[in-house]
Amino acid sequence: MELLNALMVLMNFVIVPALTYGSQLALGALGVTLVYGILRFSNFAHGDGMALGTTAVILFTWWFQSLGISLGPVPTALLALPFGIAAAAALMLGTDRVVYRFYRTQKAKPVILVIVSMGVMFIYNGITRFIIGPDDQNFADGARFLFTVREFRDWSGLDEGFGIRSTQALTVVTAVIVVAALFWFLNRTRTGKSMRAFSDNEDLALLSGINPEKVVAVTWLLVAALATIAGTLYGLDKSFKPFTYFQLLLPIFAAAIVGGLGSPLGAIAGGFIIAFSEVTVTYAWKKVLEYALPEALAPEGLMQLMSTEYKFAVSFMILVVVLLFKPTGLFKGKAV
Amino acid sequence: MKKFLLSTAAASLLAGAAFAASHAQEAKIGVILGFTGPIESLTPDMAAAAELALKEVNDSGKFLDGVTLAPVRADSTCVDAAAATAAAERLITAEGVSAIMGADCSGVTGAVLANVAVPNGVTMISPSATSPGLTAAEDNGLFFRTSPSDARQGQVLADVMGSRGVTAVAVTYTNNDYGKGLSDAFIAAFEAAGGKVTINAPHEDGKADYSAEIGALASAGGDVLVVLGYSDQGGKGIIQASLDTGAFETFALGDGMYSDALLADLGADMEGSFGTVPWSEGEGTEAFGAVAAAGGVNGDGPYTRESYDAAALLAMAMMKAGTTDAAGIAANVLDVANAPGEPILPGELGKAMEIIAAGGDVDYVGATNVELIGPGEAAGTYREYTITGGAFETVEFR
Repeated sequence: MELLNALMVLMNFVIVPALTYGSQLALGALGVTLVYGILRFSNFAHGDGMALGTTAVILFTWWFQSLGISLGPVPTALLALPFGIAAAAALMLGTDRVVYRFYRTQKAKPVILVIVSMGVMFIYNGITRFIIGPDDQNFADGARFLFTVREFRDWSGLDEGFGIRSTQALTVVTAVIVVAALFWFLNRTRTGKSMRAFSDNEDLALLSGINPEKVVAVTWLLVAALATIAGTLYGLDKSFKPFTYFQLLLPIFAAAIVGGLGSPLGAIAGGFIIAFSEVTVTYAWKKVLEYALPEALAPEGLMQLMSTEYKFAVSFMILVVVLLFKPTGLFKGKAV
Repeated sequence: MKKFLLSTAAASLLAGAAFAASHAQEAKIGVILGFTGPIESLTPDMAAAAELALKEVNDSGKFLDGVTLAPVRADSTCVDAAAATAAAERLITAEGVSAIMGADCSGVTGAVLANVAVPNGVTMISPSATSPGLTAAEDNGLFFRTSPSDARQGQVLADVMGSRGVTAVAVTYTNNDYGKGLSDAFIAAFEAAGGKVTINAPHEDGKADYSAEIGALASAGGDVLVVLGYSDQGGKGIIQASLDTGAFETFALGDGMYSDALLADLGADMEGSFGTVPWSEGEGTEAFGAVAAAGGVNGDGPYTRESYDAAALLAMAMMKAGTTDAAGIAANVLDVANAPGEPILPGELGKAMEIIAAGGDVDYVGATNVELIGPGEAAGTYREYTITGGAFETVEFR
């Protein structure tokens, strides 16, 4: 019984939150890794691309809400998602046409494209604030919880319990579906295969008759979809604020690099590694140990390895160690 | 030849004088606030309130023989000391401002003060920098603030705990000068009164996820969670995550957490939570409400009153000094802010200009009952509130 309580505390404060956060990071990192693998540069505009896509979703959500359309217990935002993706895709294809294509035809070095993407980032940043402002926006509706901590406690009769928010469940389920669809697309379809070929060896792919413009366009479509889905899920689960999306860029890149830039599988693993390391290494084990150990051994202190302000240091330590011993990341991406 | 030289010299002198005269028709006041960054949602109202005070002075037409005051905005970013310093440097060297209203967050305010204001001898009045550390800053008498130091708020918050019988708390603060200063002040006062702090954990603003912080705070436990952060930043994320995981149900909030948006989003779940916020009541506050409404400015936002007062004080100090030169302003700020003199409310800045021009004394009351103590910081009164039925309910003023 005591062990069950310890497990419940762990579920509530470590496993469920980290699983959700990890899924959000993984979806973001997938977008970054696709751009890196196929277009060969680190896209710093990804965080703000997420913010812009989410902005579109929010606007459509509000419109649907004002029309009285809802999905019952499921957030209306899911209905608005395809429209948001369309808007984000139009934006990213437009950006590619106006900005990135110019540098691509010049065969500019990746580092130049990185700086260009920073410029794009600031522009997206401004557009987002221009459209929806810098404030917090709340657009979640429907049921907030699958079950709350209190409901679980009453049901199970334990002292501790855990709750699952509907957005947490939604995040994990959507992430699984999206990742499965992406892998199917990359491995089974003709377009997906031509994208992988283009990523592996550009010249050879061109020789075998692959249309580069089509590969680039499909990549941006996928990136727009991933960014909008990741941004919307994050916004539903926490809240939408443009500044936070800009800050999300850092853990997303950490996840993509740890997993191996250019490797979709690595991006997913990286997302969960970063999320779990942020939560577990700085976790105060006092409460868990109080339940798990006999009373005589119950700890006085917090039993915290290091305090929470170091949680970013933890993910970056992992990043440094991985880069030192496996420069290509855990899943053999491209060397940075 | 000699004549020619003389005439050119005279001509250039004249031109110079004419240039100076035309220049003197406009005096610039720097408004340096975090228009981007963590408090970007608060600053537009603060800047508008400050500019409202300058406009009022201009409209009266009585300021220093028809000189007009022109606000020049600059971005302090709230967090990036280098960017704030560069922005303030630009205000002084390129724009030639006479004084600075700002900065906002305590960290960048300290940086601007030390790196720009003191070396250039320019007066600064901050509406919202509340870190106790600034009390002892080397300022050559150039720094003032219209908001009280957090050393006092920490004490007030600890008193509130005492009166509510709270004995053990977990504390989380936003990881900057403001949060650290306030949490240190609170913990010192709370422990001196016999309370127990189970954990004191910082949180970063604008981050994606606060699960780690909540995990640690929940493990440490306590009657209430003291949140000393920003309502539209990490502070909100912490409260949201605590409610979702059932870690804490009652919260004690610092002044940065007071906002209607927080109440609208989470108020229903925060029943019984309480907090303190610098507040003022009385005719000055009401007068400001009327002035703000007439000027089309949202006067209810955090620190809008303090911003109005800061700008008004600068204008009056310039008037008292009789010049728009940066040098004379600082010496006159305490003069116009404190008794003796004719009390001045918001909306009466024109009257104040008349009194000063006639050689009289003014005691600026303003929107926040301005009374500058110590090295020039507001004494301040705090409002203790409880969240009841999804609304802030005043308990008492301390």
